[in-house]
Amino acid sequence: MTEVMSHFNYLVVVVLMMTGFYIVIAKSNLVKKVVGLNIFQVSVFLLYISMGKIFGGTAPILDDRFTVYSNPLPHVLILTAIVVGVATTALAGALIVRVHEAYGTIEEDEIHRQDGDA
Amino acid sequence: MIEAVNTLLLLFMCVTAFTIVRQNNLFAVVMLGSVFSLLSAGMFVMLDAVDVAFTEAAVGAGISTILMLGVLSLTKSRERVTFGTPTLPILLVLISGAVLVYSALGMPEFGSADAPIHQHVADRYIEQSGTEVGLPNIVTSVLASYRGFDTLGEVTVIFTAGIGVMLLLGLRRRTTERGAIEEPPAPGEGHMRHHLVLRVTAKLLIPFILLFALYVQFHGDFGPGGGFQAGVIFAAAFVLYALVFGIKNALTVVPEWVTRFLIAAGVLLYAGVGVASLFMGGNYLDYGVLAHEPTHGQHLGILLIEFGVGTTVAAVMITLFLSFARRARKKT
Repeated sequence: MTEVMSHFNYLVVVVLMMTGFYIVIAKSNLVKKVVGLNIFQVSVFLLYISMGKIFGGTAPILDDRFTVYSNPLPHVLILTAIVVGVATTALAGALIVRVHEAYGTIEEDEIHRQDGDA
Repeated sequence: MIEAVNTLLLLFMCVTAFTIVRQNNLFAVVMLGSVFSLLSAGMFVMLDAVDVAFTEAAVGAGISTILMLGVLSLTKSRERVTFGTPTLPILLVLISGAVLVYSALGMPEFGSADAPIHQHVADRYIEQSGTEVGLPNIVTSVLASYRGFDTLGEVTVIFTAGIGVMLLLGLRRRTTERGAIEEPPAPGEGHMRHHLVLRVTAKLLIPFILLFALYVQFHGDFGPGGGFQAGVIFAAAFVLYALVFGIKNALTVVPEWVTRFLIAAGVLLYAGVGVASLFMGGNYLDYGVLAHEPTHGQHLGILLIEFGVGTTVAAVMITLFLSFARRARKKT
């Protein structure tokens, strides 16, 4: 039980990651797939940031009153990853719009069916 | 107390994610995605990652949601209803979940100070960045100075995404079958203009949002903030203006050629600082040589490259929004 409590954050990360994964592979709607991908992505962010946390530490901004700081390196990596995340989301959105214009649907199986007919 | 807030936020995140799985209304899905981002931002504050929380709140809960709503306005807002749960994906998810849980339990305990991640380079950043770079915010020091190459790469990714969306959706007005140039309907254009409360509130808010963006940009060396966050907040002010007063008015404030120019100018400024430090006898992106004293050089270099980051991010975000908003609705 203590094992579970001390790794609670990581377990939640796994649950969230699998939820996102499920949406991406099981749902055929393209918009929903992108939202699922975002959930997956946030779970990875949470994993990195959780690893950087130190009990009793504070945010990594230097001040004479503090000596223990949480690890700043994951913060830097994830900060840039978030902005890259919005870039991929935007590109995915643009592709969805073009797919909808070409096929008139954003359901994956219907697109495959139309491709099969042609 | 902190533990309780921690647990509660994580549980809320799980509930939101499960609701997204079950929800068929795509508008609700996108809004729940925004809620999910905001909850995760709260979680990041609990984990001492204030800069990350700031970015997630501005990007994940703000701009991403606007872009996804733009996609919905151009496509469909409902998912086709399917019955039953497919067995293969469930099985796959359960198996990989079990493997991940097993390996997660093998990780060092949450919050312990002697985990391997804290043993190597992080200590040096915490102990030396104060004297080497001379900025209180360690995240900014690492982002802009120690890992300056990495950040240049990220800015190039943003730049490329902006170009990609411009290529896919086009910023030009599209001609209809009759050959006449048609101004595409912007989301909310026309009827938003008659909402007095919205108009007045937006007018009141926009100057403060812009001022806040500038504060975040230039105070990022001392507190949470920096070019990425400031750029997104700056773009948010423009998006708000465009939503309430219409695309046409927004384009007279910031014409397209200005944003296109700024997208490239930000990256150029960043890379240019690197070239300047080469010419002044240092390594690429080694700001120490930019001024008579290394820490002054570091301050100058970080200020300039953060400004470049902010410029590119703001211009790309504005371009992304405009690309979606100006795309003509497909006639069906």
